[in-house]
Amino acid sequence: MSALADNRAGGALRSLCIAMLLVVAARAGSAAEIPLPQRRSGYEFMGRETRAMQDDDSANPGMLWVLDGEKLWNTKAGAAALACADCHGDARASMRGVAARYPAFDAAAARPVNLQQRINRCRGEQQKAPPLAFESKDLLALAVYVGLQSRGLPIVPQTDERAKPFIEAGRELFQRRQGQLNLSCAQCHDDNWDRRLAGNAITQGHPGGYPLYRLEWQGLGSLQRRLRNCLVGTRAQAYDYGEAELVNLELFLMWRARGMNIETPAVRP
Amino acid sequence: MARALINVPATARRGDIIDIKALISHEMETGFRRTQLGVPIPRDIITQFICTYNGAEIFRAEFHPAIAANPFIAFSTIATESGTITFNWSGDNGFSAAESAAISVA
Amino acid sequence: MRATGVIAAGIAFDAATTAVAAAEPAIASASTAAKSSVVSMLEAIQRTVGSATINKGRVKLELPPLVENGNTVGLAVRVDSPMTPADHVRAIHVFSEKNPQPYVVTFRLGPRAGRATVATRVRLADSQTVVAICEMSDGSFWSDSVNVVVTLAACTEEL
Repeated sequence: MSALADNRAGGALRSLCIAMLLVVAARAGSAAEIPLPQRRSGYEFMGRETRAMQDDDSANPGMLWVLDGEKLWNTKAGAAALACADCHGDARASMRGVAARYPAFDAAAARPVNLQQRINRCRGEQQKAPPLAFESKDLLALAVYVGLQSRGLPIVPQTDERAKPFIEAGRELFQRRQGQLNLSCAQCHDDNWDRRLAGNAITQGHPGGYPLYRLEWQGLGSLQRRLRNCLVGTRAQAYDYGEAELVNLELFLMWRARGMNIETPAVRP
Repeated sequence: MARALINVPATARRGDIIDIKALISHEMETGFRRTQLGVPIPRDIITQFICTYNGAEIFRAEFHPAIAANPFIAFSTIATESGTITFNWSGDNGFSAAESAAISVA
Repeated sequence: MRATGVIAAGIAFDAATTAVAAAEPAIASASTAAKSSVVSMLEAIQRTVGSATINKGRVKLELPPLVENGNTVGLAVRVDSPMTPADHVRAIHVFSEKNPQPYVVTFRLGPRAGRATVATRVRLADSQTVVAICEMSDGSFWSDSVNVVVTLAACTEEL
């Protein structure tokens, strides 16, 4: 046990990680989707302590970003000097259920967009303000504030026909082997979610808690950040924030998790 | 921008022990990390947390780099009288933040 | 869980401080960023406590035995004390065995606390022993220690 946690860049840990991943990679065939009743949130894979952190709004560090988001919601911005609240009123009412159905097909973009992109579209078109940078504090704050308004609601199954090809594109990415380790998402998150990797539980990889406070980041981050982490972890080229592949993956993950509850802002190790 | 979340009961009975929680956003840079080029990142942490109740200090904590980012603290005090409970954080590079909550004690 | 071997011996020592010198752990061969002086946990404890005896008991240090991520670990300390003006906890000190430096946090309480229970979140660099030492109003010191196993994220992030 002591060899594992010795040194983050230590040879022992990396070799063990790679060895275990190769064992996983050697397993046969394409992944089978997790049967709907067997789906479990990452929440259930965490220890009691971390769960308690998520459950208590006065102790959940993600709520600090929610406070910021609430402030931004009510702050005038851009050439139009408009606040989100000026059009959308009280977010608790107007944004209820919104995060549960994003990414969503956007006619103007002729493809699905995620919540952050949608927020930026509003900023540009309505507030006449420049877009917020992906993964910036402000964009995360707004996204988590909007996300919170869907907490406890089930993720809405995508019924828009126009979104279907993009869900399929996301599914293909999820099942495609990539990178130096030649691993697909499905191999860990569909096939081996009941096992551990270097002491950490392999979850099923569901998106319902995002943006979330990750202990590893010591901060709040988006689903795209987490996907990029995983891609880097498997030694694949990580797509840039906002790239179509990441949005397609998000869309597919939300489809895969349809019916499971939104937990934003979650806490994860 | 320092944001803080504090949790103090709004009301209490005289003599009750009340639980207080405080959470503040701060990176708590340890001073032990280096950039990818090997350049040390200087320490930048909150070093002190003081809680006062109508001006009297009831609790204090001295933080070191081992305190996790976005420091969280939970402690208790006896509800003695109505008034204001204030929280003060101070630290490296002149960091300073303050929050307060009113409490009504019957 | 109780501390093992050297550390337990170190905590139980009395005024004779020879145990400190003898039991000083080889801290990280000075390779981990030890810009500041390398102070062992036992030395740090001794600086805090002086020459007083450290008794076992009355203090309970709570940490998860298996830590999911060493960046943020919930830690709580409970002390069995009436918290009256005549008999209360003055301070609680927490020390780490294997962090780059041994001090974690000091809480200062008093009779107004009502109960001697505090909680916070700490960073633990490695699997190690964590020690809590409580200073009472009568000048006595009491300690507890916990051995934790710390895991880090399986795939590290490169930004």
